[in-house]
Amino acid sequence: MGNYILKRVLTFLPILLIMSLVIFFIIQLPPGDYLTSYVAGLKAEGQIVDESELASLKERYGLDQPWFMQYFKWMGNILTRFDFGYSFKYEAPVWSTIASVLPMTIVVSLVTMLFNYLVGIPIGIYSAVHQYSIGDYCFTLLGFIGMAVPNFLFAILLMYGTYIWTGTAFIGLYTSEVLVGLQQGTMQWWEVLGRGDFWGRMAIPIIVIGTSGTCGTLRSMRAQMLDELGRNYVLCARAKGVSEKRIVYKYCLRAALNPTVSGLSGVLSHIFNGSTISAIVMNLQLVGPMLYEALKAQDMYLAGTILLVMGFLIIIGTLLSDILLAWLDPRIRFSGRRAE
Amino acid sequence: MTMSEADKKALRAQKRAEKARRKEEKYYLASQWQLMARKLGKHQLARISLVILGFLYFVALFGNFLAPYSLTEYDANSKDLPPTPVHFSHDGKFIGPFVYHAERQTVKMSVAEKSAAQKAAKERGEKYTPPTLIATDDTEPIPIKWFVHGSSYKFLGLIESDLHLFGVEKGKVFLFGADSMGRDLFSRIILGSQVSLTIPFAGTLISFVLGLVIGSISGYFGGWVDNVIQRVIEVLNSLPSLPLWMALSAAIPAGIPPVQMYLLITIILSLISWTGLARVVRGKFMSLKNEDYVMAAKLAGVSDMKIIMKHMVPGFMSYLIVNLTLGIPSMIIGETSMSFLGLGIQSPATSWGVLLKEAQDVTSIALHPWCLIPLFFVVLTVLAFNFLGDGMRDAADPYK
Repeated sequence: MGNYILKRVLTFLPILLIMSLVIFFIIQLPPGDYLTSYVAGLKAEGQIVDESELASLKERYGLDQPWFMQYFKWMGNILTRFDFGYSFKYEAPVWSTIASVLPMTIVVSLVTMLFNYLVGIPIGIYSAVHQYSIGDYCFTLLGFIGMAVPNFLFAILLMYGTYIWTGTAFIGLYTSEVLVGLQQGTMQWWEVLGRGDFWGRMAIPIIVIGTSGTCGTLRSMRAQMLDELGRNYVLCARAKGVSEKRIVYKYCLRAALNPTVSGLSGVLSHIFNGSTISAIVMNLQLVGPMLYEALKAQDMYLAGTILLVMGFLIIIGTLLSDILLAWLDPRIRFSGRRAE
Repeated sequence: MTMSEADKKALRAQKRAEKARRKEEKYYLASQWQLMARKLGKHQLARISLVILGFLYFVALFGNFLAPYSLTEYDANSKDLPPTPVHFSHDGKFIGPFVYHAERQTVKMSVAEKSAAQKAAKERGEKYTPPTLIATDDTEPIPIKWFVHGSSYKFLGLIESDLHLFGVEKGKVFLFGADSMGRDLFSRIILGSQVSLTIPFAGTLISFVLGLVIGSISGYFGGWVDNVIQRVIEVLNSLPSLPLWMALSAAIPAGIPPVQMYLLITIILSLISWTGLARVVRGKFMSLKNEDYVMAAKLAGVSDMKIIMKHMVPGFMSYLIVNLTLGIPSMIIGETSMSFLGLGIQSPATSWGVLLKEAQDVTSIALHPWCLIPLFFVVLTVLAFNFLGDGMRDAADPYK
């Protein structure tokens, strides 16, 4: 197992490196850079810009060099000093900027994933066991609609709904009091988790971000379960008098879970990617909107680091799902051992 | 000579048997595609979806004629007007469909009232907008007429015309309400569908070609070619789509004609989405390339390209088409999200995503809920494509 994990990590590292190179290339594709657009903005406001200061700034951030030189410098600093560079837009080191939103992003992602599986898997099982019942039809239809409505529009609909029902508009994850506390550093992110109002505010984002994934889980779970329930071993177990509950939960479920678990990394990346627009719409202080802003402002070190961190988390997700799979399915375990 | 009743009956039975036999014969002689079409016709949801999609594409095709107004027509007095109610009887008399003229007017206020309102808005931290009300003139009915002359357009891009299916000669008719610039939402949805419904098609076509060619090269040759292509796919897949969209659409020069912009956006969308299909094609090739008939073709000296295109691709074409159909919805949503963020189609051209930009925050929805109507069409189209793809998957499965 240890060997297996090591091998996975080793194959992923080059991909991560290439990915970061591509990301850096893409970020600098649009014409201009942060300083030029910043200076243009200042000039439009009628302020005077000192050209010599500008040149020194350019040199300091290496903006006068070709993009691959900038990339190698940036990568070198990360690898040697764990220094991710400086965010122009937030005027702070990139790492501390990201650290202010990363924990909450991971919390939201994990809770969303939990929601995804806790809702998707049981309903999928129910739909398969009671195939063609009214409940099955309702859930299937709901699943289809959930996949058809773009997440961000679903967010708007839900926000509109809560506005109609409760009369208060949903704005962001935190109450203004918490937001001030977080900004001034008198409050830490884990203290927020203990507050009741925070979880009340989490409900909409989790439902919104989780829905399309949940519907996907539901549908694949149903299809897999139906597949398993039609197999000969089920017939054999029934003939031997094994209780229906035991057949479904002990044997079929275990086999049917396989693709759902192997899709875990996909779910994780889906949550990261898919949530970005929803988070922008819902004004959530997460990594997604920060990435969007950074890309808009061509704040390349910040955007590059965020994408790197996302890629890293997705790789961890893939690893976890592979380990889980090996634990679930003895065939994968044994073939791994034989290979060793 | 007259036939007896029994003879007639026998003849009828014979004819019926003959008909049934022919039907059966047709079934056994049917090609794979005919069998698929037959099965698809029996799939209730897929049939309904096909009808809905047919209708939507029909409307898009004749959009310029069906929409009462053009994309650039606006009316400063109709900003954010709700859907115009269509009446049938005026003063208790039935006179056919007609509307009343409505327009938005600023509320007349004294100077003191106005400054008080401005102050209150400032205290709330909002921008002051003068209050308006909708004035409806219900004394004079304006009949809705068929085939009226309006703004000119090119029918199907060829014939110059100014005929519209319906319209009013005075005032405006807004079946779905008006947007914040006083443009008719109904017309914009119809004209926007021309973009929203065709981009996914064109994009799917491009990614189909890309996926097929790259996937088959990867699967057929294997070895280091396969390895390189797979790594490229992995990198592309692990990149979130948002930065790709942003960078690529920022690279589109500003002010280019709508048609070119449309093509470029299609290309952006398809450049991101070919990877899935390439994977599927590669997998199919891996399993097919060791089949005996491929070996036989190789021994007979058939060229690689011919083996791929003539012998292997037809073997999983139906599967590919199903995959394509199921890929269209995600492209529709992709285009919608892009335009929603302002990265896609730019005005004066429009698409459903551009229209939904008006529905970006809760207050504007609360004030004008009709700006959500385009959402209904997005969901309807995506659902229809999903159900159609589902039906096609069942139909393409020979074991069902």
